[in-house]
Amino acid sequence: MKRITALSAALLASALMAMPAMSSELRIGLNDDADVLDPAQSRTFVGRIVYTAMCDKLVDIDQDMKVVPQLATEWAWSEEGKVLTMKIRDGVKFHDGEVLDAAAVVATIERNMTLPESRRKSELSSVAKVEATGPLEVKFTLKSADVTLLAQLSDRAGMIVAPKAAKELGANFGSKPVCAGPFKFVERIQQDRIVLEKFADYWDKDKVLVDKVTYLPIPDTTVKLANLRSGDLDMAERISASDAESVKSDANLTYADVIGPGYMAMYVNIGNGPRADNPLGKDKRLRQAFSLAIDREAIGQIVFEGTSKAGNQPFPPSSPWFDKDIPVPARDVEKAKQLMKEAGYEKLDIELQHANNTTQTQMMQVIQSMVAEAGFNVTLKATEFATLLSEQTAGNYQLSRSDWSGRIDPDGNIHQFVTCKGGINDVKYCNPKVDELLNAARASTDDAVRKEKYDAAMAILDEDMPIIYLGHQPYAYALSKKVKGWAPSPDGMIRLLGVSKD
Amino acid sequence: MPVYIGKRLLVAIPTLLIISIFVFSLQKLLPGDPVLAMAGEERDPATIEFLREKYRLNDPMPIQYLNWLGGVVTGDFGISLRTNQPVLELIGQKLPVTIQLAVMAMFFAMIIGIPIGILAAVKKNTWIDYTANIVALSGLSIPNFWLGIMLILLVSVQLGWLPASGYESIFVDPVRSIQTMIMPAFVLGNALAATLMRHTRSAMVAVLSSDYIRTARAKGLSPREIILSHSFRNALLPVITLLALLFGELLAGAVLTEQIFTIPGFGKMTVDAVFTRDYAVVQGIVLCTAVGFILMNLLADIAYVLLNPRLRATI
Repeated sequence: MKRITALSAALLASALMAMPAMSSELRIGLNDDADVLDPAQSRTFVGRIVYTAMCDKLVDIDQDMKVVPQLATEWAWSEEGKVLTMKIRDGVKFHDGEVLDAAAVVATIERNMTLPESRRKSELSSVAKVEATGPLEVKFTLKSADVTLLAQLSDRAGMIVAPKAAKELGANFGSKPVCAGPFKFVERIQQDRIVLEKFADYWDKDKVLVDKVTYLPIPDTTVKLANLRSGDLDMAERISASDAESVKSDANLTYADVIGPGYMAMYVNIGNGPRADNPLGKDKRLRQAFSLAIDREAIGQIVFEGTSKAGNQPFPPSSPWFDKDIPVPARDVEKAKQLMKEAGYEKLDIELQHANNTTQTQMMQVIQSMVAEAGFNVTLKATEFATLLSEQTAGNYQLSRSDWSGRIDPDGNIHQFVTCKGGINDVKYCNPKVDELLNAARASTDDAVRKEKYDAAMAILDEDMPIIYLGHQPYAYALSKKVKGWAPSPDGMIRLLGVSKD
Repeated sequence: MPVYIGKRLLVAIPTLLIISIFVFSLQKLLPGDPVLAMAGEERDPATIEFLREKYRLNDPMPIQYLNWLGGVVTGDFGISLRTNQPVLELIGQKLPVTIQLAVMAMFFAMIIGIPIGILAAVKKNTWIDYTANIVALSGLSIPNFWLGIMLILLVSVQLGWLPASGYESIFVDPVRSIQTMIMPAFVLGNALAATLMRHTRSAMVAVLSSDYIRTARAKGLSPREIILSHSFRNALLPVITLLALLFGELLAGAVLTEQIFTIPGFGKMTVDAVFTRDYAVVQGIVLCTAVGFILMNLLADIAYVLLNPRLRATI
């Protein structure tokens, strides 16, 4: 008996020693768990990361955020931006073997527009009709000119799903998604993992160099790094700024970051219910003073260890849409005090609501002490995110701090926030002149014309300041040196074509 | 005995009803609208209205509760707002994980807590007793998340013995499943071991000072026989009650430990569900946990009766 116990103990001990990971499996640590795995219904950032490997889109974006071909090989605008015609790639197959043709594209777009659960409706709201004009040609007819449609098709709204599977599963498509990307769905365990494997019939299969991809949601950043160091992970997304140094100094890891298309900002309640009725909401000079009292560079250094970028517009200074005539202002407390005096205030009490995570709290405390020097007495109100969102929508705030993840087309970073009827105009700012400019920018297919309109709108917004822009967050990654051929994309997605693992 | 068990189970029904009403109202008291977050960053009004209708969030609160209750009675626990999965399916996925973690944690708690407790009682008021006390106290005082991270850094990063985190089903790959669970179970078990050790010690001290132990000693029995056969069996009663209660608590999930070791159990799911106002999921888990707790309590009572002949007459 004793010998058996000793033997089994020895066996158990040797079996418990860690086994080496499989060679061609890529394990990626995500910040959160994804939601429904249906491009039509999905709404999380991490969900989009998974789709990037699983679902090909009509068009993609390149390193400069320019739209490039993916499932559509070429396209053309006609009738003053009201018709978009696309040629679909020949010989593309879905994961279930079905052929991807114009009819499949039409079925997907119609599904995105009509499925009751769809979250893509607003993205495709300008589309009046979509039809197959040939076996591999699709025509979008728009209600009014909308060049931003192309950018929408470079994300979830343009991910083509297998018509047969979509019809069979309906709103349950997320339980077994079938797309046409380089990797196909294998399994998902909530809060644990999403597993994909190489799709042998992918149209660009020579660039698929790993056999299996596993996404693991690991919210704790220390644990994520420990997993990378122990070899249980090959890559981790959105690591925190405080970990950047230790990743850079680790000989087995590579650090990479890229400034994202989104922004960090504070929303001033201008006209959203009774709480807008306060000096800050009424007098733009006070808002300008508040903005001038903030040292945006210092915030980047203190809170984000220099990985973020200071900003004062919805587009980062590196973007072609950034208005160079309105540079990021340096801190000027004297001028802020001057503006306060003109508005008739020595001191002003302000309540600022923000999400209750470490980074936000630290950032808001820094701003609190910065603006105090100009005479603003800021009370911080930390709330958990779901509450912050509903308070902001309901107008139950004076000054609210939140982020926008950013869109490929500049329109997505500005139009819906400041136009009178904008869907997420929580500040309830309304200026017909701004509406006119932003609507015109949306309608033109000429980038030079669009830029002119955005610049003109930006000049007004910088004066009225309903939204105080603070800067732009980076997407930061840590990856094992074994991973080859990967570079961060400006939209924060993890593109795996051409990526291999030793 | 069956009558006794039947009675106890009947009493459990009102308890469960009260718990579910309480949790339901508490959730509705929370500010924040689940639909706003679900509608996506653009928050399209048509989508918001559709979702409110679909999940019947426009109904008055008591009606919403009755809807839910009606579903539960017919075996339908509702659908997760966040992932569209049926709640019952989610619970089915998480329950085995939670039970496995609870069982392994109890195992660690017992092999650490009980021997040290016995030793401390036998060597009462010596340096061994004091050392055991200090160990117990530190077990209680060291935060789970800290011990967890330290273990990961030492065992996984430095030594490379065990995977840093993650989970594998015991039915798919038993070896890896146990590998991934060792550290989290140890962390949880370590904290429980402290409580267990204190209770074992005091129960043993009480028994060791009783008359029949003196008689046993006088008969010339070996200390080993006295401690294990005569004292420990009798000291076991309060310890078993405690074990059942601790196990019931473990079934509620261990948020921090699960988070650190990324184990997909109840704790993590509850916290995520509360943050996203995923009402049906929170309700389902709470109900499931409450049932588990009530069952463990009942088991403890039954064990008590079985182990102590004097109590049998009282039923």
